[in-house]
Amino acid sequence: MSDLFDILLSVSFWAAAIRIASPLIFATMGELICERAGVLNLGIEGIMVIGAFAGWMAVYLGAPLWLGVTAAMAAGMLFGLLHATLTVPFGLSQHVVGLGVTMLATATSYFAYRLALPEVTSPPKVTPFAPMDLPVLSDIPFLGPVLFQQTALTWAALICAGLVGFVLFRTPLGLAVRAAGENPAAVEAQGLSVTGLRMGAVVVGSGLMAVGGSFLTLSAFSSFFFEMVNGRGWICIALVVFGAWRPGKAVLGALLFAAFDALQIRLQQTPLGAHLPYQVFLMAPYLLSILALILMSRRAEVPAALMVPYRKGER
Amino acid sequence: MTDPRDVVMRLDRITKRFGALTANDAISLTLRRGEVVALLGENGAGKTTLMNILFGHYVADDGRVEVFGEPLPPGNPRAALAAGVGMVHQHFTLADNLTVLDNIRLGTESLFSRGASRATARARVEALSRDFGLAVHPDARVGSLTVGERQRVEILKALYRNARILILDEPTAVLTPQEAEALFATLRRAIAQGLSILFISHKLHEVMAIADRCVVLRHGKVVGEVATAETSGAELAAMMVGGEIALPEARPATAGKVLMRLDGVTTPDKGAAPGLKRVTLDLRAGEIVGLAGVSGNGQAALADLISGLILPGSGSVTMDGPLARWSPREAIRQGIARIPEDRHKTGTIADFTLTENAVLEGYWQTGFSKAGLMDWRAAESFAEGIIAAYDVRCPGPAARIRLLSGGNMQKLILGRVLEPGPKIILANQPVRGLDVGAIAYVQSRLIAARDGGAAVLLISEDLDEIMGLADVIHVMSEGRLSPGFARGSKTAAELGLWMAGQGFDHAA
Amino acid sequence: MRLDPIAAPPLSRQIGLPALALVATLLVAMALALIAGADPLATLGLIAKGAFGSKFAALETLNRATPLIFTGLAVAVAFRAKLWNIGAEAQLYAGAIVAVLLGTGALGAPLVLPVSALAAMLAGALVLLGPVVLKTRLGVDEVVTTLLLNFVMLLFVSYLLEGPMKDPMGMGWPKSPALIKEARLPRIVDGLRLHWGFALALIAAVVVWVIQSRTTLGFEMRAVGQNREAARFAGMPVNVVLVKTALLSGGLAALAGWSEVAGLKGHLSSDLSPGFGYTGIIVAMLALLHPLGVVLSALFVAAIFVGSDSMSRAAGVPTYIADMLLATALLFMVLALMLTRYRVVWK
Repeated sequence: MSDLFDILLSVSFWAAAIRIASPLIFATMGELICERAGVLNLGIEGIMVIGAFAGWMAVYLGAPLWLGVTAAMAAGMLFGLLHATLTVPFGLSQHVVGLGVTMLATATSYFAYRLALPEVTSPPKVTPFAPMDLPVLSDIPFLGPVLFQQTALTWAALICAGLVGFVLFRTPLGLAVRAAGENPAAVEAQGLSVTGLRMGAVVVGSGLMAVGGSFLTLSAFSSFFFEMVNGRGWICIALVVFGAWRPGKAVLGALLFAAFDALQIRLQQTPLGAHLPYQVFLMAPYLLSILALILMSRRAEVPAALMVPYRKGER
Repeated sequence: MTDPRDVVMRLDRITKRFGALTANDAISLTLRRGEVVALLGENGAGKTTLMNILFGHYVADDGRVEVFGEPLPPGNPRAALAAGVGMVHQHFTLADNLTVLDNIRLGTESLFSRGASRATARARVEALSRDFGLAVHPDARVGSLTVGERQRVEILKALYRNARILILDEPTAVLTPQEAEALFATLRRAIAQGLSILFISHKLHEVMAIADRCVVLRHGKVVGEVATAETSGAELAAMMVGGEIALPEARPATAGKVLMRLDGVTTPDKGAAPGLKRVTLDLRAGEIVGLAGVSGNGQAALADLISGLILPGSGSVTMDGPLARWSPREAIRQGIARIPEDRHKTGTIADFTLTENAVLEGYWQTGFSKAGLMDWRAAESFAEGIIAAYDVRCPGPAARIRLLSGGNMQKLILGRVLEPGPKIILANQPVRGLDVGAIAYVQSRLIAARDGGAAVLLISEDLDEIMGLADVIHVMSEGRLSPGFARGSKTAAELGLWMAGQGFDHAA
Repeated sequence: MRLDPIAAPPLSRQIGLPALALVATLLVAMALALIAGADPLATLGLIAKGAFGSKFAALETLNRATPLIFTGLAVAVAFRAKLWNIGAEAQLYAGAIVAVLLGTGALGAPLVLPVSALAAMLAGALVLLGPVVLKTRLGVDEVVTTLLLNFVMLLFVSYLLEGPMKDPMGMGWPKSPALIKEARLPRIVDGLRLHWGFALALIAAVVVWVIQSRTTLGFEMRAVGQNREAARFAGMPVNVVLVKTALLSGGLAALAGWSEVAGLKGHLSSDLSPGFGYTGIIVAMLALLHPLGVVLSALFVAAIFVGSDSMSRAAGVPTYIADMLLATALLFMVLALMLTRYRVVWK
């Protein structure tokens, strides 16, 4: 028990929790935007992979880090456009298209990686984002290392979440996006284009997901390896539900989840950890996500038109 | 004698085809400032199509629209809105999970702007609310509003955008007579403020009350245009149906024994839809019970209960003795024929063939399957029988049912539930959206079933239909059931009061 | 842009458009080969040769198709009922685990094969039952729950192979002990690598086809899949149908794992499935969810994989071209399917 308290009070635990949450925050915000507009984006897992790859590849080829992030975003937006084109104007099944996009984006990443580096056995590293060193703030005890020594990309994640919340709930654009997810007919009747709003939301959302993926290669680990996203995308879908489609709650969910992840890593080192097989600890994130879904199963806040394709003038 | 007022909207030979069907055939129409023009016609005459063209949901194949002298770009709701055309849709275009204020504000500001403050918008809505007599709560969630309140929001949406022309599509279909009066008061205020109004209806007495001029459509063409002052309801009705088909009127009947009794049944509310509140109702053999009332007052709960979809929370349902279990299949077993409210969503499976739809309820019975294996040949001949007996126009039993028109789909449903010779028939809005021919057919079948000894429960929003067909009329309001009124014993206005909730307080 | 439904799509459209989708996929394949610096047509040729060019290759393709037929059927059955079973991977491993549990000496001939097959199906069914019950009772979407269980199951297998199911003679590499001879599926023809799992897969496809087209259960599954509300109103026991669908789907996916262990490999290791569960989705969709079509599309998909492996060794184009092609084929196919029923109107 005292081991547990030691962990929970340690600086490294909280710093890790925020760090682990960062890619999740980006990707969850991305999925949230898509779903608020009425589109389930199951391409999230694959888009995170291509974001991770594209970001890493750009930097490996010599680009500065932020350009790498931009490259990741562009790659994500491209696959988002593919998803959006098939599901919105063409009205194809969001489930099937999403899975197809995940498979395509993942395969594209692996194919391109193997093309670029055919002989490599251990993944080459790039110089990742460095922890920030702010004049007074980084020296504050506890808060300093936990918050102010994070990388710039982590701060970008938190700012992004704030922006998403602001735009969604305090601007005409956000209102239009939400209405598209609630009743497309209402949107059309007010002279707006459901197709434009939904496609835009999916493209922007996919860009964010890819940025989340790039966090993995440009900040967390410094190289790209297969299976690195490892289900984080699916977990983010659960986090959107857990957050009841609200950015603030979703970020809290991501932090909670990340804290749990940071905890299980550290618990493995304790005497308790020695008793249980390490797989149990690794299973915890996925089981926790399922639990989160069960807890939020009352789903009163689901966007009413989520997954309902809009066919204009259908008699 | 020409009218000196300006023309605010002109339709010039509007034509629209859907495949082989010509929904609008060279329709021309003018609307002048301060005028109220009613567009009349039965279902399928082309009224809604025309309105959708005006508002930009559809693009006409031919012809043009001019608003305030300028041609209106087709297929562009935004252009229509900018030109001052506001539409109040029959099926409200509101997002239930957003507030009244948000629904009104949606799309009124540039998507790339920060947007005006909530307070400014709210103030404007409240001002309009006062000026036009449309009471709303700006911060209420639309999903929690009644139908009448929702319509007020729809109208405010148009007024907020400075509409100078209001188009209303069947605005009183879902209102009590008293609410309709309130709507007309609002419309009169709008006229006083210089707006012009075009509205669709098939309710002649309301049209006579509010419209200056009536334009009658039939089969997509304008067949007549008269000033209301110079015509009568009978004349308009004749123009609407072309004097071809007379709707059946049920002859008085003698009721037999009670086939189903609901005794003090209460069911839980489902969101905004009220459940039943201590409802007591008898369904007798050889009797048509008509259930009047605006949608959303518990009819869905009653229909779901009798269909087997829900159980009573308290109270009892008996049919020749207590029921051991209750489910849709049990209801079918007990001889209850159910005609659902929405034939597309609940009544049929669009991509299934007519054969498959015909045995959707009965496939498990010994005639259609044995030991878990389907007898598709028996199913097909059953379907063929229905197609012949019920005059279902279709390419054949192997065609997908989505190809059929609404009327023919309804006839198939009718056939599949009536063929087994049911004891009780639940007909939920059975003629909604059908053309006059189909309406007459369905109604005559229901009357025939009654004459054959079945009990019929007819749920309908159309008070005229209930008053014409039912032997006993009940009214539902907020989940409560009124006592039964014998045919002819109450006027529409009196029933309207019950529909608005009055009378229940005394009776309770 | 608008989509107008076509009342009676002509046969030319119904066949032509899916064919066009496959042609488009081939063009993408050639483009990818070009990007990789190889000759496009030669690459295609090498893939075809690698899949069917020799007896060895053809048998390899048939072997590879076996688990894909099973997972393809599992996904097709589920998707027809609009049950989004993305967890075929976990159900597959459940079947594999049972194959090892019962096949390493717990049972002997002649019971071991049929019993372990049935037990495997039960295990797979139970793995899918959890998410399905969560859906019918609590409304929890089954997409994410089945997906997440895949990861859980993989970790569980890893734990088993490093612990209770570890092969004592296994030289450090985590794998299970080998199955006894009686628990192995025999070869169809002595001396050839093709095992009876392939025949069982074909039989399964026919059985599923009969169920779907000729039984009341099949009718119910189709109805529930197309319009759940209408099915419920008509009296169909929707939740029971979904459970039965889950049992069938999970059972079929488990057979994929069972047959890989009992037929092909003879033991279980963590790399038993290179994603057969996910590939099953592609197989099912390319077959338009038709059980007999699943056999054909599984052969096609297997050919692409086997052929690409061989081509990659010869021409150097990364093997992942296969995954890219199949994902592309999936997307083209769903688009083509929609276009057989709707016309695009640009006005």
